[in-house]
This record gives sequence, C-alpha cells and structure tokens, in this order.
Amino acid sequence: MVSTMTVGERQMALGLCVLVALCGLFMAVAGRNDLMGPQGVVVLLAGILGAIVVLRRLDAPEPGPERLASYYDEPIKFGIVAAMVWAIIGMLVGDWVAWLLAFPRLTFADVPWASFGRLRPIHTTGIIFGFGGNALIATSMHVMQRTSRARLPDQLSPWFVLAGYNLFCVLAVSGYLIGVTQSKEYAEPEWYADIWLVIVWVTYFILYLRTLARRREPHIYVANWYFLAFILVVAMLHIVNNLALPVSLSSAKSYSLFSGVQDAMVQWWYGHNAVAFFLTAGFLGMLYYYLPKRAGRPIYSYRMSIIGFWGITFFYVWVGSHHLHYTALPQWVQTLGMTFSVMLLVPSWIAAANALLTLNGAWHKVRDDATLRFMMVAAVFYGLSTFEGSFLAIQPVNALSHYTDWTIAHVHAGTLGWNAMIIFGAIYYLVPQLWKRPSMYSPRLVEVHFWFAIAGTVIYVFAMWNSGITQGLMWRTYNDSGTLAYSFVDSLLAMHPYYIARAFGGLLFLIGTAVGCYNIWMTTRTAPAARIAPAGQVPDMPSAPVVAGE
Amino acid sequence: MMGLEHNLMLGFAKSWGLFYLIALALGVVVYTFWPGNRKRFERARTSIMNDESGPWA
Amino acid sequence: MFNSHYQLERYSIGLAVAIIVVASIGGLVEIGPLFTIQQTVEAAPGMRVYTPLELAGRNIYMREGCYACHSQMIRTLSDEVERYGPYSLAVESQYDHPMLWGSKRTGPDLARVGDKYSDQWQVAHLTDPRAVVPESIMPGYAFLERTSLRTDDLPSNLAALKALGVPYSDEMVHNATTDAYGQSAPDSTEAQGVKARYGDATAVRSFDGNAGVVTEMDALVAYLQVLGKLTDVAHAEPQLQGDAQ
Repeated sequence: MVSTMTVGERQMALGLCVLVALCGLFMAVAGRNDLMGPQGVVVLLAGILGAIVVLRRLDAPEPGPERLASYYDEPIKFGIVAAMVWAIIGMLVGDWVAWLLAFPRLTFADVPWASFGRLRPIHTTGIIFGFGGNALIATSMHVMQRTSRARLPDQLSPWFVLAGYNLFCVLAVSGYLIGVTQSKEYAEPEWYADIWLVIVWVTYFILYLRTLARRREPHIYVANWYFLAFILVVAMLHIVNNLALPVSLSSAKSYSLFSGVQDAMVQWWYGHNAVAFFLTAGFLGMLYYYLPKRAGRPIYSYRMSIIGFWGITFFYVWVGSHHLHYTALPQWVQTLGMTFSVMLLVPSWIAAANALLTLNGAWHKVRDDATLRFMMVAAVFYGLSTFEGSFLAIQPVNALSHYTDWTIAHVHAGTLGWNAMIIFGAIYYLVPQLWKRPSMYSPRLVEVHFWFAIAGTVIYVFAMWNSGITQGLMWRTYNDSGTLAYSFVDSLLAMHPYYIARAFGGLLFLIGTAVGCYNIWMTTRTAPAARIAPAGQVPDMPSAPVVAGE
Repeated sequence: MMGLEHNLMLGFAKSWGLFYLIALALGVVVYTFWPGNRKRFERARTSIMNDESGPWA
Repeated sequence: MFNSHYQLERYSIGLAVAIIVVASIGGLVEIGPLFTIQQTVEAAPGMRVYTPLELAGRNIYMREGCYACHSQMIRTLSDEVERYGPYSLAVESQYDHPMLWGSKRTGPDLARVGDKYSDQWQVAHLTDPRAVVPESIMPGYAFLERTSLRTDDLPSNLAALKALGVPYSDEMVHNATTDAYGQSAPDSTEAQGVKARYGDATAVRSFDGNAGVVTEMDALVAYLQVLGKLTDVAHAEPQLQGDAQ
C-alpha cells in the first residue's frame, strides 16, 4: 500500500502517524488515572503501527506517472478486507449475546467486560460502522472514480480516511469493553473519538468533492448523489447528536449538551437518520451502481432514481419521532413523525421497484448467478423492511410493537436482508475485478454463502416477529377481573424458544459470512488472470468459459 | 405571554412546512421531466456500463 | 462538450448544498420548537437533583449498558400505567444528560422502580439475578460490591452538569466527594451535609449493607432507589390515558 504513494505522500503519512502517536501518548499520560488512559494506549499503538508500516516502505521507488492512467484501487481492497473482518467480529459477538439471552448462565463468570450490556454495543458498532461503514467507504471510492472517469486526486487521503475510520471503530469497541460509553444508542463512543471521526469525515467529504471536480463526465451519476447525501447528512447528525461537555480534558467522560425530552428528540433524530443516511442512502448508492453493472443492464429508470433520491432525503429527516410515540414528547411531533413515515413508503418503493424492474429480462442471470441474486434479494428485503417501517410508525401499531422484539425483527430484516446482502453482492462483484482474477475462487461457495445467509435471515426475522408480537400481546392482556393477565416474567418465559431460534438463525448467517471470507481469501491467493477481462465485461459470470477452481 | 415564542415557532413549523413540501416536490418533478435533461439522463444511465477502461485523460 | 473545471466544481458543491438544505429542514421543524418547550411544559418546582452518589450510580447504569434492556419511559397506555405506575412526564427527565428513556424492554421498565424493592433485594438481585428471580435472563453484577467507587472526580462531574444548566450549587459541587461517602454512611459526620444540601427526603443509608466503604453497588442501588422519586408531580394530578397532552 505504501509503495503506491509518492515519496512526499509517504513523508506526510509518517508525520501524521507520529502526530497520532503523540496524541495517544498525551491521552495515556494525562488520563492515567482514568479510562482515558487505556484509550490513549490504543491510539498510541495505532500511531506506532502506522509509522512502522510507512517506514518499511519509505525508500521504495517512486511510482511512475503511468499510475495516473488507471484508477487507484489499493485502498478499496483494504476497505473490503476491513469490512469482512468487522463482519466476522460483529456477527460473532452478536450471535454470542443472542445465546446469552437464551442461556444467561453462559456469561463468563463475573468479569465486567463479558456481560450483555457491554458486548451488545460491540455488535451494533461492529456491524453498522465496522462492516457497513468500511463497505460504504470502499464502494464509494470505487463508484466515484468510475462514474467520474477520474482517478482519486492523491494517494494519501484515501488511506487517511480508511485508517482513521478504522481507528475510530477500534477505539469505540475497545472502549465499550472497559466501560467507556456515552450511552446514546448507535452513538456510544465518547467525545475524543467523536472529534476524531469528524476530522476523518471532513477529509472523506473533501476527497469526494475533489474527485467529482476532476470528473470528465459533465453529469454526476445518481449513485454519487446517494453517497454524497450519506457523507453530508451523517456528518450533520454526528456533530449535533454528540455535542457534549467533557468532564475534563483528561477524562473519558462527558455529559450531553441536551437533556430529557430534547435529548430524546435529538437522539432519535440522529438514530433514525443514521438508518436513513448511513444504512439506506449510501447502500442505495451501492445498489444503483452494482446492480446494473452485474445484471449487464442499465438502471430501469433514471428519473425514478432522482425522484426517489429527493424523496428519501426530504422525508426521512422528519420521521425520527416515531420512536417516541405515546411518550412525553409533544403530540404534534409524534403525529408529524407518523405522517411522514407513511409517506416515506413512496420514495422507498420507487427505489426498490426501480431495482427489480432493472432485472426484467435478466431473470435467468438471477437464477444462475448468486452474486446478482444477493443484490436482488437485497432489493426485495429493502422493499419489505421499508413497508414494515412505515407500518410500525403508525401509532396504534407502535403501541403494540414498541419496546418488543418486533423492533429487533424489523431492524434485522433491514440489516441482514438488505444491507449485508447488498454488501456481499458488491464484494463478490468487486473482489475478482480488483485483484484481477477471472472469477471468485469458487462460485459454488458463493452459492453456499447465499443460502446460509437467506436461511439465517428468514429464521431470525420470523423468530423475532413471533416473540415480539407475543410479548406485546401478553403485556397488554387483561383477564376477566380487569387486571393484567401476565407478569413480566411470564412473557420472559414465553420468549425462550424464540431466543434459541434467533441465535440459531444468527449462527447460520455467521457461517455464511465465514464461508465468504474463506472464498475471498482464496481468491486473492489464486494466480492472477492471464488476461484481464475487456473493459465493460462482467468478469465473473458462472456461465463464463473460464472458471477457476472448478 | 408565556409560550408565545413557542407557539410562534410551532405555527411557523406547521404552516410553512407544507408549502415547502409542495414547492420541493414540484421542483424535483420539473427537474426530472425537463425535456432538456432527457439526453443527459439517458447518457448517465448507460455510461456506467462501460467504465473500466481507466480514467479519461 | 466538457464544461470548464470551475463549473464542474460549482455543480457538485451546489448538489451538496441542496442536500444539506433539504435534509436539515425536517430536523429544524421537529427539534427547533422543543428548545422553547419549557414555556409550555408542566413545572416541577420541588424537583431535586441527583446526589453525587446517585449520579455515580447513574453513570454505572450507563457504563454497564443497562439502558439497552430497560426503558425508563412509561407510555400513556393503560396497561403500562397499571404495570409500572403513572406515565412519565417530560419534566421528570429534565436533568438527565443524556436521557435514558431506552427503546427496548428485554427487562421491565425502571422509571418508577425507586423504593419498589428493598435495598437487600436489589443487592441480591444485582449480585445473582437468578437467585432471586429464577426465570431472569439478566447478567449478574457481583463485581460491583467488590469495587470501591471512584469519588475523587465527582466534583468535576457535578461542575460539568452545572455548566450545562443543572441547578447544582457551588456548595454541592465543592462537597461532592464527601457527600458521596456520607450518603452511604449514615452514622458518619459527612452524612449530615447530604440532607442539608439535597433535602430531608434524601435516602441516607448503607445501600449495600456495608457502611465501611462506598462501593459501586452503593451507587447503583442509590440510583435505582431514587428513580421516579425526584419529584412527585406525576402522582399529583389525575392522568388522562391515550394522550400525552
């Protein structure tokens, strides 16, 4: 990776690593009596590791100007590998805590870091930010270069974005283990990690704009709009939601600027828009590029994609309050949230329909090609979970579903069925292309992964639908004498079989991901293709004459 | 007197939000179906199918 | 057919600005009025702030991720009111930076758990939940009782909250460390200051049954026992169900 940088860029990279290490040293020393100390050590080690990586290749020959005639894909490879590593970590921890809910005695004896409460945010952060975030950054760099017909403007900032972003994830996850959290859902990392992410994110945004400014296509392809909305709005959300006052500069602890009902609204404005712009907009960008490419057919309607884009950008920001129905939030805000949640269905289904209509005439490819099938299933689950989302936002439905496992079912239909599936589809498309292989090591294993993933998702979602609705009904059932029929413990006992089924479904999904990792690993180790597939060809259709490993 | 500022903000939010919504929707539809944009969209739609040859000089 | 470089840049920045404008309006409309809402929200004149010990307990509650499984927000639905008590009012969490309303009830709601169980029950349950409730799926927190509470940083914690508008007096900030000790050691000289500063209703006792040292168990139980007890405004007026206003 370092040898693809110019000598000047390497020196700057070294300087940045030293700077990071110094920050870590400061944190470790100043915060030695606080949880800030161990976090500082993590930063220090990251800086040193980075410096070693750069130093080892500092004297490598300068890359020639011929590099400018090709896209800069090295960081994308790193992003894909990082995404898969985080996928394994996040899913492993997720499935482990799922088993803990079924069999709480499995908790490692009496050590603070092993309890459900500290492990759960590792699952959510590992999946959303580690797996999803790395995949988004990697694919956005891939898409923006190709749709702009322009190479990334330099060789340093993409590495800074990816390495810095992963440092943020590591800081977050290691912090949870020792008890560092600001307890805001999906925004648990403390103030110093949040500030670091802002620096990384601004660099990412500038990198995106610089690449777009170099483009040779006058029109910006719509996938970039989605990625741009992802970058911009996530920055906005992140900054506002994390406004906090640190106890001191040497303390890991901070207090949110907002309190009570305002904080609730800010947190769910963030929380739901993280779903909207992290888990939807960016992933639609992926869908609008990789699905047409893999299917070999242009998107069904470019106009639908534009209308869908502005619809999603506009409607989503209003709907956060549907997380707070029947709470102390003012009634009018709840009604507003509900109304816009229902309207949101229109742009969402426009996007899902556009994707599926693109496949019209290519269904034989969906049948034969598991990679394309991943993308197709993703679009279907996107349509399903946006419908469910609008439905759950209706107040009387929400009265039943809120606080129950139904929410968990909904979220996982989205993350497993939509986000993970589209990522896997994109990765199986990208890996052979970026590593210049004729195809994946084993198309059969892609097929195996697909079936594990779909079976895991379906089992998971059905188990949680059942448990959620059961829970919701039991909590509100009255007996003949007009008192509540079930105690909370009664409902807990009824959950047990579903919690086992859920953990089993999660296990299947995890196995599928492990198979995917093996397949990707083996692909990068097979011999490169003698001849790169001609431009514009899809290199990895199972029906293609050259199929390695078979 | 208490709550005046709040009611003002609330009224503003409730009424102008609707006009904003309509204006935005109209704007997007006009942009999307503007005849001059047809060629540009069609080009964008198909141009991604053939973009692996590397950056254009 | 290619526009100039400058125009291309302008085009992409224009797109970025349009995205920001379109995406921020909804947030402003929804959140903006909430910052003037104090003018319309019910008042709770007698509401007290968390004592340093309770605040430390609250921070432990956050640190251990309790909010992931326990809500602190009773909705305006009859079954919830019957099960958990009067529905939660906005003013009750006015000093909560951040709020801990939660989003999931893997375990029951805790908004009004204060004084519902004895200290001994809470300690036994936190130490080994299944010894008290055999069906429970909650993790055990036996280490809390063995871990002495860090109190030297409490003054700066209170000072930070004071800067954010929580009505801590300078005296409260100054005495935070001794107050934390005093609240869990009823016979000590430090105990007297706690009631003087936080009101006679403040519970001053050894929450974990061991008055010698202040443990994390003391702090967490002190916090749990004060949940829903900072003000009685929710109990004062007759509540209408099914509508928050």
